[in-house]
Amino acid sequence: MKKEKSIPGPVQKAGTRPTRMGTWSTAKPVLKGKCSFCLFCWIFCPEGAIIQDEANRRVRFDFEDCKGCGICVRECPTKAIEMVETEGNNQ
Amino acid sequence: MKLKDIDKKEYYQSAYGCAGCASVLAARLTVKALGRNSVYVVPANCISTVSCYYPQAPFFVPFTVMAFAATGAACSGISAGFKRRGREDIHVVGFSGDGGTADIGIQALSGAIDCGTKFIYICYDNEAYMNTGIQRSGLTPYGAATSTTPAPCFENRPKKDMLRIVAAHDIPYAATACTSYPLDYMEKVVKASKVNGPTYIHILTPCPTGWGFAPDESIEIGRMAVESGVWKLMEFENGQFHTTYTPKRTRSVSEYLAAQTRFRHLSPEQIAAIQKEIDASRG
Amino acid sequence: MTARMPVKKYITANEAVAQAAKLARVDVVAAYPITPQTSIVEKIAQYIANGEMDADYLKVESEHSALTACMGARMAGVRAFTSTSSQGLEYMHEMLAYVAGGRYPLVLVNVCRSVALPWSIWGDQQDAIQQRDTGWIQIFTETGQEALDMVLQAYRIAEDHRVLLPVMVCLDAFIQSHTEELIEIPDQKTVDSFLPPYDAVVTLDVDNPYSISVGGFGQQYAHWRAEQQEATEKAQQIILEVGDEFARIFGRHYGGLIEQYRCDGAEALLVAMGACTGTARDVVDEMRDEGKAVGLVKVRAYRPFPVASLRKAISLAKAAAVLDRDCSWGYEGALATDLKGALYGLPNPPAVLNFIGGLGGADVPPERIKYMLEKALAAKRGDTPHLEFIDR
Repeated sequence: MKKEKSIPGPVQKAGTRPTRMGTWSTAKPVLKGKCSFCLFCWIFCPEGAIIQDEANRRVRFDFEDCKGCGICVRECPTKAIEMVETEGNNQ
Repeated sequence: MKLKDIDKKEYYQSAYGCAGCASVLAARLTVKALGRNSVYVVPANCISTVSCYYPQAPFFVPFTVMAFAATGAACSGISAGFKRRGREDIHVVGFSGDGGTADIGIQALSGAIDCGTKFIYICYDNEAYMNTGIQRSGLTPYGAATSTTPAPCFENRPKKDMLRIVAAHDIPYAATACTSYPLDYMEKVVKASKVNGPTYIHILTPCPTGWGFAPDESIEIGRMAVESGVWKLMEFENGQFHTTYTPKRTRSVSEYLAAQTRFRHLSPEQIAAIQKEIDASRG
Repeated sequence: MTARMPVKKYITANEAVAQAAKLARVDVVAAYPITPQTSIVEKIAQYIANGEMDADYLKVESEHSALTACMGARMAGVRAFTSTSSQGLEYMHEMLAYVAGGRYPLVLVNVCRSVALPWSIWGDQQDAIQQRDTGWIQIFTETGQEALDMVLQAYRIAEDHRVLLPVMVCLDAFIQSHTEELIEIPDQKTVDSFLPPYDAVVTLDVDNPYSISVGGFGQQYAHWRAEQQEATEKAQQIILEVGDEFARIFGRHYGGLIEQYRCDGAEALLVAMGACTGTARDVVDEMRDEGKAVGLVKVRAYRPFPVASLRKAISLAKAAAVLDRDCSWGYEGALATDLKGALYGLPNPPAVLNFIGGLGGADVPPERIKYMLEKALAAKRGDTPHLEFIDR
């Protein structure tokens, strides 16, 4: 740990994320229809904010990092996802 | 490769890119394809300059910012260093934008290929210097308006053919890809990672802010680019070019152009001329 | 202490530097041809080809890429070496600041040559001095032996965890780089006892991942710069420590940050850097034989600038003749400016006479050095600064 503290110069521990992107979003995706677990939304989400819930064969959304871009809504082949407006600040 | 078999872990998150940014998606898919045994050299571009200021560090794997012109050279040095330490298993990835590849970075890229460096050079192409405000680059397509080629002027040069440029170096493996075809891209990344030499992958990453479309359309725009023939998914290996994906349907170039405000100033004649060129290149 | 088994050979300073890179067990060499440093890397390529040296030679396409590749090698955790001159050093300029600010302990040998335009392949020190603000430690050497020894010391200084800054070892073009002298080449075992393997503080490590060379805003940036400044100043102490240790093991000492030659009771001092100090020693001896109270102050570490040592050494004389083989166009020679800064605040300071000479490969013969010292002898404390071009 002593070495960690004394690293000089412009470095940062990988994966340090004090700012999360969910604070940007003014809309959030909600699964309204039946998820066919095709994983299209999961692969296309730029933020990796979609999680595979294998036990329930459906996707879940991580609003900490969701920017509300709507790609998942657009790409869902069964149109199961809807964007719902929020108060902002990943509520 | 099947969707369900792809690594569920994330290795790149909380990047400050625009909502719907396909370049951020490309970075996410790249690290996902290669896993934790990879290091990223990222020059000035949307991925580094927009996100990677202390204290934010979106990469969960080792990453370095690099001087704009120097991606290829840095990869040569890092790759050589890992080789000396017996760690050739670590994938060295240069993740550079179109400007850092085709303009200011082209010399170092050429040198790195010529050095025989074992690395994966990825050009993520949003077709302009986006993070500094949409200035034209050598990969801006003919007809596009940018901040340095604003309407009524527009870019009057075609994209530099980077695939042929790297092929001319006798590179062992090179490919083109698009974020709208993620499996095709990730397979190519994995294929490149198995080559004991230089490799190059050029991925088209549509940009909502710079191209002028809604954030949720990024994947659809990429699909249109491939289906209209504007962008082809190809590979170069063993000295031969071949197509890796032939779209099941064709769309007109005018549909692709009409979907983006950066082309809205083009006349029907100019659009027809572009269509004619695409048709000729298909044959 | 292991028995020393050095070999003595007539070789050029460039070849001596190549030997040092080999003895330092560098892992990666990335360099690009430019006169007059090319023979350094040609020799290294030869040593690698015939199996004498175990390193990877990267055939980079430019100097900008050469320095970048060396920095990359450091990021991967291995020791790297490069050498260049003039236009090449200038082409690297962007990366010089990257390496120093990023705290990568590289060693670069610069064979000092004029910068175009006017175009010249011959020697002066403009190229290295122009880079003094980049954050590199800069050490100027006089002989082939000193060049060899300083490359070895440079790795120790650079890699010291209290420093972690790159070091530029400077030679003078042709006069030094291409002149053969009797050089003592240390044996590998003794060098190994002086220079341990590279122990990096942070690298691109998949088991302990970091984002490195990142950016920062405002106060964070200022914090890193303050850290860098502290380390650069601290480097003075490490330069001295390493010099002393080197002398204990190899039997050669170069005086530290500066070397004072026959300065006792000197009224006029010649202040200079590099190969011309060799000529200056002879002139000082001659003039002393004539009863003139002159001496030589050879500045070895130009950055970090040895303010305290110079202040102490120069203040005892009444005048200093500073030979600058460079000029900050629109003002004066850099060494003279920096020296005056070091003397600032002294009551009744020595006169400083700045002589710009030896540009573009022009010779600095003994008569010119004598001329400078005579002028200094005629000067008085508190005289206004003097600037003169002496090549014509």
